Amino acid sequence: MEEFFIPKPTRVDYLKAEYGLKSWLLTRDHKRIALLYLYSITFFFLIGSVYAMLIRLELLTPQGDLMQSTTYNKTFTQHGIIMVFFFLIPSIPATLGNFLVPMMIGAKDLAFPRINLLSWYIYLVGGLVTIYALLAGGVDTGWTFYAPFSTTFSNSYVVATGLGIFINGFSSILTGLNFIVTIHTMRAPGMTWFRLPLFIWAHYATSLIMILGTPVIAITILLLAFERFAGIGIFDPAVGGDPVLFQHLFWFYSHPAVYIMVLPGMGVISELIANFSRKNIFGYGFVAFSSLAIAVFGFLVWGHHLFVAGQSIYAGMIFSFLSFAVAIPSAIKVFNWTATLYKASISYETPMLYALGFIGLFTIGGMTGLFLAALATDVHLSDTYFVVAHFHYIMVGGTLLAYLGGLHYWWPKISGRMYPEGWGRFSALVVFVGFNLTFLPQFVMGYMGMPRRYHMYPPEFQVLHVLSTAGASILGVGLLIPVIYLMWSMRYGRIAEANPWHLPGLEWRTQSPPPTENFDVTPVVTWEAYEFAPPEETEVVGTFRE
Amino acid sequence: MTESSVAIDHATSHPALQHHFENMEQQREAGTIGMWVFLVTEIMFFGGMFLAYTLYRSYYPAAFAAASNHLDITLGAINTAVLIVSSFTMALAVYGTQVGRTRMQNICLFLTLVLGLTFLGIKAVEYRSKYEDRLIPGRLIPGREFGPQVAEANDTDPHKLHLRDGASVRQVEMFYWIYFAMTGMHALHMVIGAGLLTVILILSLRGRFSPEYHSPVEISGLYWHFVDIVWIFLFPLLYLLGRHVH
Amino acid sequence: MQTWVPFVPESASTLSWKVDALYFFLSGVTIFFTLLISGVLIFFVLKYRRRSLHEVPRPVAGSHKLETLWSVIPFLIAMTMFAWGAQLYFEQFRSPQNAVEVYVVGKQWMWKIQHTTGQREINQLHVPVGRKVKLIMTSEDVIHDFFIPAFRIKTDVLPGRYTSQWFEATKPGTYHLFCAEYCGMNHSGMIGSVIVMEPRDFDNWLSGNTNQQSPAVAGQQLFQTLGCVSCHGAAGEGGRGPALAGLFGSRVSLASGQTVTADEGYLRESIVNPQGKLVTGFGPIMPTFQGQVTEDQLVQLVAFIKSLQGQSSQPAGAGTGAAVPSPSMQAAPIK
Repeated sequence: MEEFFIPKPTRVDYLKAEYGLKSWLLTRDHKRIALLYLYSITFFFLIGSVYAMLIRLELLTPQGDLMQSTTYNKTFTQHGIIMVFFFLIPSIPATLGNFLVPMMIGAKDLAFPRINLLSWYIYLVGGLVTIYALLAGGVDTGWTFYAPFSTTFSNSYVVATGLGIFINGFSSILTGLNFIVTIHTMRAPGMTWFRLPLFIWAHYATSLIMILGTPVIAITILLLAFERFAGIGIFDPAVGGDPVLFQHLFWFYSHPAVYIMVLPGMGVISELIANFSRKNIFGYGFVAFSSLAIAVFGFLVWGHHLFVAGQSIYAGMIFSFLSFAVAIPSAIKVFNWTATLYKASISYETPMLYALGFIGLFTIGGMTGLFLAALATDVHLSDTYFVVAHFHYIMVGGTLLAYLGGLHYWWPKISGRMYPEGWGRFSALVVFVGFNLTFLPQFVMGYMGMPRRYHMYPPEFQVLHVLSTAGASILGVGLLIPVIYLMWSMRYGRIAEANPWHLPGLEWRTQSPPPTENFDVTPVVTWEAYEFAPPEETEVVGTFRE
Repeated sequence: MTESSVAIDHATSHPALQHHFENMEQQREAGTIGMWVFLVTEIMFFGGMFLAYTLYRSYYPAAFAAASNHLDITLGAINTAVLIVSSFTMALAVYGTQVGRTRMQNICLFLTLVLGLTFLGIKAVEYRSKYEDRLIPGRLIPGREFGPQVAEANDTDPHKLHLRDGASVRQVEMFYWIYFAMTGMHALHMVIGAGLLTVILILSLRGRFSPEYHSPVEISGLYWHFVDIVWIFLFPLLYLLGRHVH
Repeated sequence: MQTWVPFVPESASTLSWKVDALYFFLSGVTIFFTLLISGVLIFFVLKYRRRSLHEVPRPVAGSHKLETLWSVIPFLIAMTMFAWGAQLYFEQFRSPQNAVEVYVVGKQWMWKIQHTTGQREINQLHVPVGRKVKLIMTSEDVIHDFFIPAFRIKTDVLPGRYTSQWFEATKPGTYHLFCAEYCGMNHSGMIGSVIVMEPRDFDNWLSGNTNQQSPAVAGQQLFQTLGCVSCHGAAGEGGRGPALAGLFGSRVSLASGQTVTADEGYLRESIVNPQGKLVTGFGPIMPTFQGQVTEDQLVQLVAFIKSLQGQSSQPAGAGTGAAVPSPSMQAAPIK
């Protein structure tokens, strides 16, 4: 086997380069910024999880007996807001993306390191404003803030929360801007577009969505805020406004936003599948372009959230057609990942377990999306637990699993330590089982008619709710364990070599953890992506060459 | 490679080269692409407001014509001319830095700044007259809610609003809401642009820019031209509706 | 109600089994592909597991044929799903002509149901088996949604507008009614029942209810007390204002040059925002009644205007800009 060049450590690694709080809070190093994000994102994830736990506890019984209705309404609203805006959207790009994009292309840092740090501060400020709103009394509009409830009827901290989300949007925009410029201008010599890891393609596509979509939610929140405190009627029909206009503006961003959440995850999965089977991804070009296709098509389907909202039925037809079209690139990825495993050399470490779990769960999540893209079934399923189950399969079964898989995979590069493999595999299994038990029953109860955002419900749904809550407890345990052992490993984990998995990626051809400038010398790239063996040895599928 | 050889590389390079870039060309390219990407986000941001404008204009055409007619077209036209000239002076400033004509560079930067501030001053005058005529929408100004005086048939008082067939005061308020949102957001971007230009002017006076290194001036120019172009769309859409009818 | 855990709710309307058919097709395809992918994954993962530490497999070239195959086949399946769903959606949303109309007004947090024969219900809707029923719905405050799982239908109920949906019930019984658009504190309490009865039982129920005014009659009274007769005539023949007799369902030319259909939404809008769609040939003299009529009263006025038959396209003279009647004026007696 080709021994990939593993340099001897010659410089101080980025964790030891400087000490002190100021060296972290004023850092320009993309790797330190990634860690700052890691800690803050984990913090928000824990808050969002507490809300999730409260929801599932309340839903154990048909009556609303754990908390009052308004409290419950605030709980699910805040669960959604924290998880969507402060966990899912930044998670992979801001932690793994920030850390790896420069390294994978052979650069010393992102194009604008100070803007990168500013992004993190903006994220923090947005998060703190939102937390202030939650502590001051919370918001009960649902994370979707539909008018006129949010503009005129809700007695909660809508504007403050909106302000927090508005501020946070700039963090997203600046991160996307940074990635696009970096990938265009700072690739190392020899690193052509089609030698880039698929992780980079995925982040490039994600960044396109971030910069094009986020400004629209910004203006939507501003309009909402002005209507609320200045009495200007743009959405409230009582003063001549149009409530459906709010939905169009909101979903024009929020649908592409779900692709911001899932595309980076798909990029991680490509890395995990390729590297843990020691093969190039089958159909590399198709997978790369499918990321771009998802980004473009993702902007054309927002109306599928309005099939029963008073949108014209002809518009509904167009959006339904496009929603089916956007599923095809995702299907192509799933088939290509699976085909990569053919005649591969597969190992079962924790990251690979998460990747395999992702493929199965994303298939279910994606295909249940088709039920919602089809107009007639969407009429019945809209606003039921079926939708809740669908998006959790993609966001948790997809994005969260990819995030965990990526964290484990690059953990030696980030921290210089290995995580405990036994615990890793165990928690991956617990997460998989707990997750399915939580959300599979929700598909069933959704078709049965169980509406979402319900505090109390008819007794015939209780069995399914109890199963779901049981699953959630297991899932919670499965997610808590990695938090503990990853923190433990930073201090006591086994010290990792530079390239512990023996892989050809550029990020592995430097120390673990890397020095501040990433590489001793600017690398010159002469190999293709995922080149484990010389290209002359490539086998064409279906023929035998022995 | 050793640390020292990398350090030597940077020691012989331009003082403005940042440590993570390989050379000035890469740095310049990154800055330019970065500004273009940022301007794309601004297009999307203003786009939302243009959408609201288009929608409500199609709902209430008579009200929009009436309200637009009531805006001060003279001041608006002067402002348009001011901004176009300022884009010209900005382009001259960039050209000056490219060829090393420092006096032209500094004078033109200064002129651009002055013209930008002139624009803002005229805008302030316009806003003030709207405030006096009670045309600030909703409850934005507490105690001074939207409530313009409506003119009777032959009243020539310029402060009074002439409503046309089918227009109502509430619909006119929608126009003014969009007017203030769009011009206000534009004015905010002008203020930021003025601040940016001030910094660039100070740096330029200190001799920071040269034909070898002037990308901050170019990039600020891009931003300034963008803000100008937004106004060129705003002016006809807001000020020139229904002018042919009397 | 059921106490066990089936996978499909009761099927009680003419379209519900059709929705179920599509659902089963979608489920079948989903389960098939899930099993296929998982199966292949597990098979490959076991068969091609790493057998020695430094083993490197031979790279495998991509295949355009395979890529085409697994793009085209899913696309065809997707198009089948799309076409099926779209065709059924058209059936769901094209209200039939000969349906019994029932008005629904949603408000935080209850449903007010008004039958055209006069019965009013709160959180319950009685309907007969085998009759097409069209719901014409609006909200008094925020967006709600009228969801009947057993019929597989739902539509958002919007303030300031009418939305509608239709069904034909096939099986007597009591079925859930849910609000399916989050609307505030008691959203989960905004539930009720749809009670489907045999025609005979339904007739009994109709006559068993105390005589309540039909909305059209109540609307006629409002038409007088609000002063509408002074411009539109007591029988809607027109005058200073456009004629209302025969107006419902006809095409109307507006001052802006557009032409619109006079549906329930148009009638409602013309009462609360008269300048919104000014009829050609008339001046902007009609005052607005926004804030002076409730949604229930608007339903009554609309029902009354719908009941006015007569010549439709006779504009009763152009507006003369004469004195504007105030909405609080007591009407002249019926002529």
